[in-house]
Amino acid sequence: MSDSKNNPPIINSNQQANKSSNISYFKLKFEDIIIIKQNFVIVEMGKLARKVALVGAGMSTFGRHFPAKRNPDLWIDAWLDAVKKTDKGIEPKDVDACYVGNFSSDLFNHQGHLGPQMANLVGLTPKPAARFEGACASSGIALRQAILAIASGIHDVIAVCGCECMTEQPTVNVTDALATASDNIFEYPAGATFPGLYGTLASAHFKKYGTTPEDLMRIGIKNHNNGAENPFAQMQETIKHMMESKMAKYEKQGRGVPEWHDEFDFLKSSSNPIIAYPLRLFDCSLITDGAACLFLAAEDVAKNYTEEPIWIAGTGQGSAALSLHDRETLTSFIATKEASRQAYEMAGVGPQDIQVCEIHDCFTIAELVALEDLGFYEPGKAAEAIANGETALDGSLPINTSGGLKSKGHPVGATGAAQAVEIFKQMRGIAERNRQVKFNVNTAMTHNLGGSGGTCVVTIYQKEV
Amino acid sequence: MSEEKDFTIENYLQYLREKKFMGSKCKDCGEIYVPVRKICTKCNSVNMEWVTMSGKGKLAAFTSITVGTPFFVAKGYDRNNPYCFSVIHLDEGPMVSAQLVGVEESKPEQIEIGTPLEVTFLETEIKGDTRVDLGFKPA
Ligand SMILES: [Zn+2]
Repeated sequence: MSDSKNNPPIINSNQQANKSSNISYFKLKFEDIIIIKQNFVIVEMGKLARKVALVGAGMSTFGRHFPAKRNPDLWIDAWLDAVKKTDKGIEPKDVDACYVGNFSSDLFNHQGHLGPQMANLVGLTPKPAARFEGACASSGIALRQAILAIASGIHDVIAVCGCECMTEQPTVNVTDALATASDNIFEYPAGATFPGLYGTLASAHFKKYGTTPEDLMRIGIKNHNNGAENPFAQMQETIKHMMESKMAKYEKQGRGVPEWHDEFDFLKSSSNPIIAYPLRLFDCSLITDGAACLFLAAEDVAKNYTEEPIWIAGTGQGSAALSLHDRETLTSFIATKEASRQAYEMAGVGPQDIQVCEIHDCFTIAELVALEDLGFYEPGKAAEAIANGETALDGSLPINTSGGLKSKGHPVGATGAAQAVEIFKQMRGIAERNRQVKFNVNTAMTHNLGGSGGTCVVTIYQKEV
Repeated sequence: MSEEKDFTIENYLQYLREKKFMGSKCKDCGEIYVPVRKICTKCNSVNMEWVTMSGKGKLAAFTSITVGTPFFVAKGYDRNNPYCFSVIHLDEGPMVSAQLVGVEESKPEQIEIGTPLEVTFLETEIKGDTRVDLGFKPA
C-alpha cells in the first residue's frame, strides 16, 4: 500500500465489481497452489478510500467466568484494558459507533440486541451500535465492517466489541448452540457435531496427504506452550506440565503411575479420549467466557491517540457452502483462500511477508489446513514445517503466540477481536511474560474462521504502510 | 413435466420418508443436486427435474463420534458405542452427508475412505411415529 496516496480514492467501480474474471486468480507467488473452480466470479479488490489504524486494543481475561461475570461485565473489562493500552487515551466522546461481534447470546444468555446494550455501558448512547454475526468469525466481521465504515468517511473512530459468555449453559446446551453454525437440515440429522465436522475434514486430509494424529498433537503442544505465557489465557499450562501433574497425582494416590515418556504418550492415552475420530479432547478448543475491545481510527485522527498506529493494510472476507458435502474439496477452505486473496491483494503483500499470524485453531486440524490455505505452505506440507518448529514462538513464522483458541480459549464471538489484541501486542513489543517474539514485527495477520468454514475474515496489519 | 413437485426441502424429505432417494437435475447443463435445489448454481437455470439417485457412491470422509448430538444420544450412542458421520461422494457427482452404518464404529482406523457404499434408509421410532433418515452402508 505504499502507493496508496497515488491511487484514486475508490477504484472498485460498478464495472469492476462482479466482473467475471479472466484475470489470473492469484497474481501472488503462490498462484500455483490455489485451485479455484473455474466459473467462480472473482471480485477485484479495491483499496480503502482512506487509511484506517488500530490505535488501541485490550481484552478481559478468558476463562469460565459465569456467573461472576456476564457479557456486559466482560465487555467493560475489555474496554478498560483497551483504553489503558491506547497511548494518549481515548474517551467515549471520541468514538462514533460501536460494532459488536457476538455469535449466540440468544441461545447462551437469552439476550439479543447486544449493540445498544454494550454501547450504553461505556457511554456511547445514542451513537449507532449494532451486532454482527458470522458464527466464530463474528467479531472478525465486526472489525472488518468498522474498517469499511471508517474508510468510507462516515465515521472517524469505532469501538469494536467481541464478546461471548458460554458457560451460563451446561455443556450439552453449548454444544447444541454451536451446532446451529453448521447445516441444521442435512448435516445435523446425520449426526454432525462440531468436532465431528472437523474430524471428517481431518480424515480427508489424513487420506490425501498422509497427515497423522502426531502432526495434530504438535499443534496443541505448541499452542499450550505459548498460552502458558499469556496471563489472559484460560489454560496457562503446558501439556507437559499437565502430564507431570497427573503422574504426580497418581503417585500420591498410590495408583500405578502411567509410563508416559513424553507429551505424545500422554496424548495417545485414555487421559486424552477420542471425541470425534481422529480428533481427541486436546485437539479441541475450549468453552470460554470473554470479551475483547479494539479502537479503530481514520488516518486523519489516528495521531490523536498514538504516535505508533498499526495500519490495516488489507481486509478480506470469504464464504463457502454451509454443508461440507456442498463444497468442492474437503481438504481446504475456499472461504480462507478467498479472504486471504483479497487481503493480500489489498495490502500488496504475499504470504512470505507475514511475520506473525493468529490462526483460528478451533481444532488442531483447522490450524494445519489454514497454514496451507493462507499460502504459507503448499498443501500437505504444513505438518513437516510444524515438526521442524517453524511455527513455534522461536520459529521462522510464529503462529498463535497467544496460545490460540486451544489454550487462550474460544469465546466464539470474542475470538476475532482477541486475535487482533495479540497482534497489537506483538507489533508493539508488549506481549506479556516470555512470549514476545524476538524480532521487530512490521507485517502480521489474523485469520478468523466461522463455523465449519462457511465464513472467513483475514486481516493484515502493518506498522509502516 | 409441468406437474413436477416443487424443488423444496420438504418435498425432498417427503421422498426420503417414502424411502426414495431423489435429487434434482438441471435440464440445461445436466448438473445433479442432492439434496435437491431449485436453482442450478452452475448455469443459473431454474429448468429442473426430479431424478431418482442410484444410491451408490464412495466414502469421501468420515468421523466416529463418541460425544453425539441429543438425537443420537437418545438412540443409544455414547463413548462405548460411537456412531459414524460421513460424507459420501455419489456416483452421479454430488456429495451428501449421512450416517455410515454396517461398519465397526469403535475401530475407525479400519474404515477406508474410498469404500464403495450404497444407500440405506434408517428408521427411528419417535413417540409412535417412524422417522426416516438417510444412511449409507458398505456395498
Ligand atoms: Zn445447469
